[in-house]
Amino acid sequence: MAGRIPLVLLACGSFNPITHQHMRLFELARDHMHQTDMLSLSLHFAGLYRVVGGIVSPVGDNYGKQGLVVSKHRLAMARLALQSSDWVSVDDWESQQADWTETVVTMRYHYDHIAAQYHNSKDPLTASDVPQLKLLCGADFMDTFKVPGLWRDDHVEEVVGRFGLVCVSRGSLQPDRAIHESDLLSRHRQRIFLVREWVHNEISATEVRRALRRGQSIKYLLPDSVIDYIREHNLYTQDSEMMNKEVKLRPLTMQTIQD
Amino acid sequence: MAGRIPLVLLACGSFNPITHQNMRLFELARDHMHQTGLYHVVGGIVSPVGDDYGKRGLVASKHRLAMARLALQSSDWVSVDDWESKLEDWTETVVTMRYHYNRIAAQYHSSKDLPTVSEVPELKLLCGADFMDTFKVPGLWRDDHVEEVVGRFGLVCVSRGSLQPDRAIHESDLLSRHRQSIFLVREWVHNEISATEVRRALRRGQSVKYLLPDSVIDYIREHNLYTQDSEMKNKDVKLRPLTKQTIQD
Repeated sequence: MAGRIPLVLLACGSFNPITHQHMRLFELARDHMHQTDMLSLSLHFAGLYRVVGGIVSPVGDNYGKQGLVVSKHRLAMARLALQSSDWVSVDDWESQQADWTETVVTMRYHYDHIAAQYHNSKDPLTASDVPQLKLLCGADFMDTFKVPGLWRDDHVEEVVGRFGLVCVSRGSLQPDRAIHESDLLSRHRQRIFLVREWVHNEISATEVRRALRRGQSIKYLLPDSVIDYIREHNLYTQDSEMMNKEVKLRPLTMQTIQD
Repeated sequence: MAGRIPLVLLACGSFNPITHQNMRLFELARDHMHQTGLYHVVGGIVSPVGDDYGKRGLVASKHRLAMARLALQSSDWVSVDDWESKLEDWTETVVTMRYHYNRIAAQYHSSKDLPTVSEVPELKLLCGADFMDTFKVPGLWRDDHVEEVVGRFGLVCVSRGSLQPDRAIHESDLLSRHRQSIFLVREWVHNEISATEVRRALRRGQSVKYLLPDSVIDYIREHNLYTQDSEMKNKDVKLRPLTKQTIQD
């Protein structure tokens, strides 16, 4: 794939726990950006890219989401799940930060980190060799942009406009509509790659936790190694789901202070 | 689980190839049947159809059996059976069910001193909602076979995506009559990993990772199954049930 732009995909999220669906997003996105599917629905030429890496970045415990188990476990499960992947890995930088960290801050960190690696390993620096970093997400993520107080406008500008999104549509959600309903997103339409997922595979972590609380099987929804880990540590009980029940999401409390 | 009826679940199908979704059906069905309080699931059988079925894109049963065995290595209660695939011609579902029921009953009778009626396991057909719709395809099922599969043995049907098994039952007098022998399991996790989609992705050089076990993906690549050519198999062939059953009667 000579002449293509190297690309790293970054997925932020709870990964509470990681499922086969999360890992499918990486596979689908990579295929799309390589444009092996000649019927790609993307408006632009996705074949410009060569995916060189994938990063799973679990959110920190301060996020305050209901049912969020400690990052130590979420990291361990993600590592187990990704053992069989030769290009996607887990990163704990975000989860080790003292407070919840905005997506754009995590992206800047990883971009700087990747750029530094490339500059160290090459003699004549050429701009086209520095990999790009894009945020990989599901369609439900696109809807979060319109939740009041959750995102700062200048952050959305940078995440979408400077870096870019690769959004995999999940089930019946319509990312096109989310873009249409936002002037900001519409303005950066060329920076948003939409990947259509034809295999309806809505294995949500919420459903997995629900099944576990009710003593139901989750086999084949996530790797056996992760299931074993969950049982060993007795994660995901009635009690664990009560975690952060009365707590507000950190972004909503954090961002009213700054400004 | 004292006092419960032991139950074996049998899934017939192409398994071309087996996917995580096929295996999920067993897990969901077992949880559901345990929750009824009546049953205790003691086993599961995957029975791939024979090559004479004539379905489009069906690869040799040798491969479909091997993939299913790889996929089920990590299961402690579901196994693969090759009896159906080894028969000379395509075999009706009811015949396969009778074979397995007799085999299971014989095992239980030979392993007990005093056989009691409640100890002999029941055998039920495990299927997805799309299977329920096959009952109305003209010429595909014999009425007396449907009676026996549903009425004598029973169905455990897992609803998949947006299909509605309730409607299929409603639209058939025969199925409606045996409503109590049909257990409907609602699948809340929408997991429509169809083998058709898997084969499509493979033909186009796309990833199928996490849709089926790595061991099965390795097998597929090693044997280069599922190409443009493999999908052409049986292109102009009629499904065997449709040709076989007009002769008998």
